[in-house]
Parts: sequence; structure tokens; C-alpha cells
Amino acid sequence: MNVNFSMKTIGAVAVMALAAACSSTSSTGPDVAATDNANSSVGSVAAGSQEDLEQNVGHRVFFGYDQYSLTAQAQSTLQRQADFLKQHSNVRIQLAGNCDERGTREYNLALGARRAEAARAYLVSMGVDSSRISTVSYGKERPLDPRSTEEAWSLNRNATTTIVAAGA
Amino acid sequence: MEGVHAQFRSEHHGGILSEIRAQAPYFGWAKHLGSLKPKMIWRGKDITEGDMIRQAIFAILAMTIGFSATPAGARVRIDITQANIEPMPIAVPDFIGAQSELSGLGRDITGVIMADLDRSGLFSVIDQRAYVEKLSSVDVRPRFADWRIINAQVLVSGEVRQTPDGRIEVATRVWDVYSNEQLGAVSFKTPSDNWRRAAHKVADFVYKSLTGEDGYFDTRVVFVYETGPKEKRNKRLMIMDQDGANPVLLTDGLNYQALTPRFSPTQQQITYMALFDNKPGQVYLFNIETGEQEQLGTFRGMTFAPRFTPDGTRVLMSMERTGNSDIFQMELATRRLTRLTDHPGIDVSPTMSPDGRRIGFTSDRGGTEQIYVMNADGSAPKRITFGEGRYMTPVWSPRGDLIAFTRQYQGRFYIGVIRPDGSGERLLTESYLDEGPTWAPNGRVLMFFREASPGAGPTLWSVDLTGRNLRRVRTPGDSSDPAWSPPLP
Repeated sequence: MNVNFSMKTIGAVAVMALAAACSSTSSTGPDVAATDNANSSVGSVAAGSQEDLEQNVGHRVFFGYDQYSLTAQAQSTLQRQADFLKQHSNVRIQLAGNCDERGTREYNLALGARRAEAARAYLVSMGVDSSRISTVSYGKERPLDPRSTEEAWSLNRNATTTIVAAGA
Repeated sequence: MEGVHAQFRSEHHGGILSEIRAQAPYFGWAKHLGSLKPKMIWRGKDITEGDMIRQAIFAILAMTIGFSATPAGARVRIDITQANIEPMPIAVPDFIGAQSELSGLGRDITGVIMADLDRSGLFSVIDQRAYVEKLSSVDVRPRFADWRIINAQVLVSGEVRQTPDGRIEVATRVWDVYSNEQLGAVSFKTPSDNWRRAAHKVADFVYKSLTGEDGYFDTRVVFVYETGPKEKRNKRLMIMDQDGANPVLLTDGLNYQALTPRFSPTQQQITYMALFDNKPGQVYLFNIETGEQEQLGTFRGMTFAPRFTPDGTRVLMSMERTGNSDIFQMELATRRLTRLTDHPGIDVSPTMSPDGRRIGFTSDRGGTEQIYVMNADGSAPKRITFGEGRYMTPVWSPRGDLIAFTRQYQGRFYIGVIRPDGSGERLLTESYLDEGPTWAPNGRVLMFFREASPGAGPTLWSVDLTGRNLRRVRTPGDSSDPAWSPPLP
């Protein structure tokens, strides 16, 4: 029963991801910054480290308001994360789902879990072993940007990848 | 500690706290915040109802009295169900110290009673400086004309005595000034340092004498005390009296944030969610008398949004599995877990009706967050909210007649109530963020938390069901997620 359930969910997420990829996704949003960052970094960091992930890959994907579908930007960031994880096969990660403050605490905990799972399911669909990924939701409790502005909220709607066990 | 004091002062200047109009001398701030070390143990003090005063009444007044002995038609009474309640003018002279060293305590007790009655919005406490008669004993019949002349409808007289066993006895009579009748009399015995509870019990007695309903003043509130920067917030459980006195930290907040505490309706116990950094948050049980904590089951996914069932034997909560949240019920005695919803939409914030037959919850299965009501076994879910925006955090009234909720619409948040069948929605409050209502045990008042403007810290507020009696609830600092206790044992 558990297997059926998770298969169903992954299927649903994959369909949504596909739908998001086909639609003309807005290119605005903080994903751009992550992408630019990835292209412009000069690497003097340890390969396979959190710094490597943040500077050369992008460790964060962003979501629309009350959304957990992956934008095209988010998918390309996750694609790079998948490549990174394949390259560093001992690395294990935690995916944390976060929300902006414009929602209630309990619902946002659930929404954050959705966001973490959307990112996890995408990585798994790209061939990353699911046993290397754990998920957590912080709801609206851990804002990246503490301000109460549209810009801050768009940053705070994210799934953040953290390396919990470094590879060799 | 310095920060807390500064903040308290600035709020005072801002005029927010003047709304409370508390006349009680206030204890607790400095004393309890001096050390921010958590106190893991909280224990209620013994308080018992005495019987001296009723005997005294028979002896002195030689009239039939009691809690309901007077003819109903003759009684002055507040009909709390009316939409428009004119506050009842009430006189509360300082409780007399039977021994002269008790007069200060008598004044303090009176201050707490007056503040309780005032905050309820049902009473207008007449300024003591207007009082004509100076009472010499609680057992002397007042000169009613002296109280009529200052337009009092009700007089509360009282006395504090030392008992032979070293405790205090607080004796009270409630008088109808126009019919010259005693509406009731009661006394409480308790250790002297427990005087605030005696005062709250007296206020509850006055409330019940005049409304016919149980009061809610001898209750506590557990909430989340917040410190530190927003992106790395320290969130600890704190408990205090309903009027903000005696705040005490319950958790240390070192390894987790404490969120969404809820009282057991039957025991001195709380359930809450602990949010960790490196693993999914989990629901805990916390015994506030012993300080003992335990995780409520071990699950791979996050467990959250816990709430006791009205009989106290089970906890309803959400559990997340591969990203999806459904509602489960855990029987506390056996730790047996039962699934109640199985839907690809998010199902959170379960709340059971007092009769145990139905469960309200939030779901986005229809596209946006709305409130649904289903049978207690999870069958026949039915959407009850259809207004614009999102409806969340349903909380069933202990009376059963209403469900309180948070509504989000066009960038504003509201606290409202709706009947369980979806009719009669009323919004009571509005601000940048109003969230998380909790009911007073008599189902007549709600408490919630508010962030008044973007970036403002959270504060606790109470509001009655008319929406007009909106009051700031004093806390030592930023506070959220209030949970009102049941009546104290």
C-alpha cells in the first residue's frame, strides 16, 4: 500500500513537472540569480562540497505563491543538482521546503513538505537514488529573507538543498 | 531581560496596552524574566471552596440565598447571547482585610477581579473614588441607596481573612443593588501566595451569577514565546495566567522550535509540534506538572497540527508521507494510529466537535484552502466555507455551536466564526496577519495572535463574539500560537 501510494504521488509530481515544462514559464524570479551564479563562479572550492553546490550548481529552487510545481528554472537547477549528485556518489542531501509568511503555520508546514517532495521526486526521476535524499519542511518558520516584501516572499518560497554527508 | 523591558515600555507609550486598562498591580514580569532559564515544572496550588460564608448569610441576613435560590424573574442578569451588550455598571470596593495586615492583599485581589470583569466587556467597573459607602465587613448588609446613587446595578463586596491553618480565605457576596437582594455568596481558601487564583475564582463567580454561564478567568494560556531574529527565531513554550500574570517558560528552545501547543481538555498536558533542523518535525506530549516530554510515536514523515479530542483520550494530527499530508488519530492509551483521510490534497488542522461525532479540518483538495467537516471516522467530508479567499485553522467551539477560523483574503487575514453547517459566517477581526484562534472554555471569547503590520512582531489578542471587545493580551514579548486551558481543577 505504501508503495502504491508513493508511486501515485511521484507520478502526479512528474506530470506536474512536465506540465510546467511545457507551459511558457515566466523567467522572472530568483532562480535567475542562482543560474547566473552557477555560470559566473570561479571554482576554488572543494569538489562535492556545500560550497561547490552553492557556487557552481545552485542549491535552491523557487516556487510561485501557494505553488509546489517546478518552474523551468527550478527544473534546470535540479538537473544540475542531479548531475552533481551522480558525480559525487557518496554525497547525501537534505531537501528543505520553505514558505513565505502569507499563509497559516500548519498549512505552510504541509506546503513546505510538498515543495521538498517535488524537488526530491524530480531528482529521483533524473536517476538519483532516493536513499540519498531526505526531506524536511520548515513551513514559514525559517525565512531566508526576514523582510515582509514581495521580493522577500519570493525568496522564501523555496526548496533548499544541503549536503548532510560529504562524499569522497 | 533588558530588551524585554524596553519593549514593554515602548508598547506602553504606543498606547496599545492602555487598551487593557488593567487596574491590577502587576507582578510577574521582572520576577520571572530575571532568569530565562526554563522551568520545567509547573504545579497548580490547592484551592478549595469554603463554607463559612454561607452559614454567615443564614445567620445574619436570615433570608434564603444561594447560587440559584432567588426567583429568576427578580434577578439582574446579562444575556450574553445578545448581539449588543451594554456593559453592566458594577461596583467593586476593595476587599476588606479582616486583619489590618491583609488590607493590601484585599486591594490586590480587588484589582485582579476588576481587571477580569472589565476585560470581559460585559461589565463597566465604576471608579472606586465615586463610592459613597465604606463597607466594614462582608457580612454587613450594604446601604443600597448609596450604591444606587452612583448608578451601580451590582455590588461585589468581599473580605480576606487569615484561616487558623495559615491560609487565606477570600469571602464574597454579589448584590443586586436595585432589588436589594443578594445574588450569591462564595468563599475560597488557598495559600496566600495563590491569591491571584482566588481573585479569578471570585471573578468567575460574579460572571456566573450575572450571566448564568461559567466564567473563564481562572484559566491559563500556553503560547509560543518568540525571541531572536526572524530567520533564526527562538520559539519556546510559555504558560501564563489568562490575564498575563505569572509567565513561566516551559521549554528551553535549544534544539528545536516549539509550535502550535494545545491543551488537553482533561489533564495538565499539552501537545505541540517540535520543529527540528535536520529531521522532520514531530508531535510531542508535554506534562506541565512533571515537565516530562515524549514524542507521540516515531514516524519517518513529519507529524504536525496536533489537537486533543474533547474527551482527552486521543490526539488528532496531520502526518506527511512523500510530501502529502493526511489526517490521523492516535489513541493515547494504546498508541494505535488510525488514518482518517486519504486524499492527494493537503489535509491539516483537525478539530473534533465536543460531542465527538465530527471533525473539521483544512484541505486544499478543491484548489484552495477551505474548511471541511467529516464524520469522526473520516467518512463523508463536506466543504463548509465558500467565501472568497482561503479558510484555515478551524477550531470547534467547546459549546459546539461554532467553528472559529483564520481567513485570508486579498492580502489581509481575519479571525471569524461559522456554524458547522457552513451558515452564519461572521468575521470578528482583521489585520496584516491574524491567525490561530483558540476558544475560552465557555465558548464566548477567542484568543489569537496578530502581526499588526508588515514586519511587526506577533502579539496575543482576545475578542468576544461580537467582535467589538478586542483586547491586547499582555505577554513578556513577542508571542504567537495561544492555546486556552480548560477550567483549572
